[in-house]
Amino acid sequence: MKKHVARYALLAALAMVLSWLESLLVFPGLLPGMKVGLTNIVVLFALYRMGLRDAVRISLVRVILVSITFGNAYSFAYSLAGAALSLAVMAGLKKWDAFSILGVSVAGGVCHNLGQLAVAMAVLETARLGWYLPVLLASGTAAGVVIGIAGGLAAERVKF
Amino acid sequence: MDKKRMRDILLAAGLLLFAGILYLLLRPGGEGAWAVVTADGQEMARYPLSEDRQVTIGEADYNILEIKDGAAAVIEANCGDHTCVRTGAVSREGEAIVCLPHRLIVRIEGGEGPLFDASVG
Ligand SMILES: [Zn+2]
Repeated sequence: MKKHVARYALLAALAMVLSWLESLLVFPGLLPGMKVGLTNIVVLFALYRMGLRDAVRISLVRVILVSITFGNAYSFAYSLAGAALSLAVMAGLKKWDAFSILGVSVAGGVCHNLGQLAVAMAVLETARLGWYLPVLLASGTAAGVVIGIAGGLAAERVKF
Repeated sequence: MDKKRMRDILLAAGLLLFAGILYLLLRPGGEGAWAVVTADGQEMARYPLSEDRQVTIGEADYNILEIKDGAAAVIEANCGDHTCVRTGAVSREGEAIVCLPHRLIVRIEGGEGPLFDASVG
């Protein structure tokens, strides 16, 4: 049990560091408050090494902690929608077993962005943000590839 | 190469292709667009992209904004990171140049009124 809590703490801390790094980067084409989702690597790792339940917990802890530390009400809604959609799709694809961790990560990255876009459109009450769709699809795919490769190596090799 | 890895690549390539097609279909034209300058969350000025001009924003902390050929670019600034200069020219609705050290955003908006609420982010 103790070891379990320590693992949560470690992964949550790692996610926080990644969020902070991410907040320093400027990505053209993203709305303020949106993130490309580097922290998804922690969730991906948890999903493959610890199971869905733990991945959900870590994802939730991450969203809450990050929003308290770096965010506001909007970024909380963005993160939550992105994280929930991303994790749901990744868990489903993992179970389906048609893709490796890389494909699962790509789908997760794209859904992370789609979730954020959906919230932005709801909050701003506009459908005109649809223009962001291609940008978010492409950036989500790119982030997903990077995270899938790194996360795949971590899930295989990291002693935990 | 195993089957799963093949599917991974197809998925990623398919998504990128889809994004490319959507981009071509959805991108709004440059006509009637404005460059909207926001500093510290307050809108300071808006310039039509149809008129060429050069303006210096700020004094001690300055960014030089150039509007030329229907596109806006920060061509010079004394911020530390020069991310704003490296962003290059923007012309499509929703595109933006951000200078974090000077808390400055130059965003392209269509002619149909403000697209984003300043309170976001
Ligand atoms: Zn700058």
